Amino acid sequence: MTEIPEHLRKRAEAARAKAAEQAAEGDAPAEAPAAEAGEPAAAPSGEASRIPAHLLERSKSAKARKEGATAEPAAAAPAAAAAGGGVATAVASAAPPPTATGPGGHTQRLLTVVKAGSIQDVKATPVDKVHTWPHLIAVEFVAALAVLAFTLIFSVFVNAPLLELANINNTPNPSKAPWYFLGLQELLTMFHPMVAGVTIPGMGIFLLILAPYIDRNPSNKPEDRKFAVSLFTVQLMFWAVLVIIGSFFRGPGFNFVAPWTQGLFFEL
Amino acid sequence: MERPGGKKSPGQRVSEIVDKTQGSQAWNSIFRPGSVFRKGYTDSPRNRSYVIMNSVLYHLHPVKVKRHAVKVSYTLCLGGLSFFLFILLTITGIFLMFFYRPTAAQAWNDIYTLQTSVTFGLLVRNMHRWAAHLMVLSVFLHMARVFYHGAYKPPREFNWVIGVILLTLTLLLSFTGYLLPWDQLALWAVTVGTNMMGYTPVFGDQVRFVLLGGKEIGTDTLLRWYVLHVLFVPFVTVIFLAIHFWRVRKDGGISGPL
Repeated sequence: MTEIPEHLRKRAEAARAKAAEQAAEGDAPAEAPAAEAGEPAAAPSGEASRIPAHLLERSKSAKARKEGATAEPAAAAPAAAAAGGGVATAVASAAPPPTATGPGGHTQRLLTVVKAGSIQDVKATPVDKVHTWPHLIAVEFVAALAVLAFTLIFSVFVNAPLLELANINNTPNPSKAPWYFLGLQELLTMFHPMVAGVTIPGMGIFLLILAPYIDRNPSNKPEDRKFAVSLFTVQLMFWAVLVIIGSFFRGPGFNFVAPWTQGLFFEL
Repeated sequence: MERPGGKKSPGQRVSEIVDKTQGSQAWNSIFRPGSVFRKGYTDSPRNRSYVIMNSVLYHLHPVKVKRHAVKVSYTLCLGGLSFFLFILLTITGIFLMFFYRPTAAQAWNDIYTLQTSVTFGLLVRNMHRWAAHLMVLSVFLHMARVFYHGAYKPPREFNWVIGVILLTLTLLLSFTGYLLPWDQLALWAVTVGTNMMGYTPVFGDQVRFVLLGGKEIGTDTLLRWYVLHVLFVPFVTVIFLAIHFWRVRKDGGISGPL
């Protein structure tokens, strides 16, 4: 069985109670349809009807005239009598209105008005949008083309390094990790390898993953999140500085060198 | 315009061929309604929608995006460019695979031969190398951009997590590729790297053994890292990329405006 929402059920009950009350105080709505049709002027006076009295009268007399016209050939005498003035009564007795009509002779009733808000909950507010094609696709295409061009031209002029064949017995001095790990290698000079090589990067990745769950501040405005922004910037700078030192300022034996005097010890 | 003698001008002939091609069943089966390549494409709001909706692009982009999302200064295209570099790396990488055998005896010679006697070999290898470094950089900058825009905040928390995983996978992709030329640079960079990982508490030796495929760096390590580099890590990356892109749309498109 369908669940009827509580508020709707209450509203329906209230409406029913009101209708019963009205029926009790004025008997007009409860009148038999036949009797009503017999006295066209009586029904509109009832509180239940919202159709203006003169309109209702007009439609009833029109209906009666039509009925009378069809009935004419069958019975000439009653028709003559009807012409005399007793139109409504004669027709009513000949063809009673449909039995399923409601109060006031209406064949339909308004049960309830359901407002849009109660069945569809619109949360989204209109957003200023543009078509992806061509606006976004064009931008992406140009960006991709620019990067492709840059890579291609750079590759024409700068060759990827290929040193001599790997030799386990000949350790180059210095031996450096790829540039993005040079920050870690730099840490290696300060901490125990387990701390520098595993604990710190592990914690870093872990904290990075947790960032959205740690930062509970709902705002994305830079002025509202000065702490988060400065913390992140300090982290970025910290790694950038370590990578730069490891890349350019470390020479043989991973000792400090000045790249402008002793040259670069760095391969990409 | 008919020329005297019923001859058609080359321009007419070309346009006739174009018409015939664009009207053919094959052409229309390839390009779905609304495609810019279809006959009689006109720039209308309806067709602009169809271009996305009726093409494979619909897997990446919605029909409409927020106006501020189109501004280059907001995203700097970093995420999209990382993906583009990934594709570029796949293409150049497949080319390199034709000329490379991952054994200690052959790897270095193969690279050397590729550079000296294969057409465009040197260029493609350069592109692969530089694009790889560029991708590490762009993924990193993408992360910074997302952080500074607070774009990891609800409902996008989990997509940030996937993003961090993708960053790690990018580093792994780059690092596994580093060994493959089998030169002094590769060997000793990887030695430094794997020695560091060997300090993992409790099972450090096992981690090192698994990574190297033995006690020392050798031909087994090369094969292992080759398979990781060309198959395993890209495979995992593609899966995470798919989730990443899907979540971008499911979480309400691009974040902002600030």
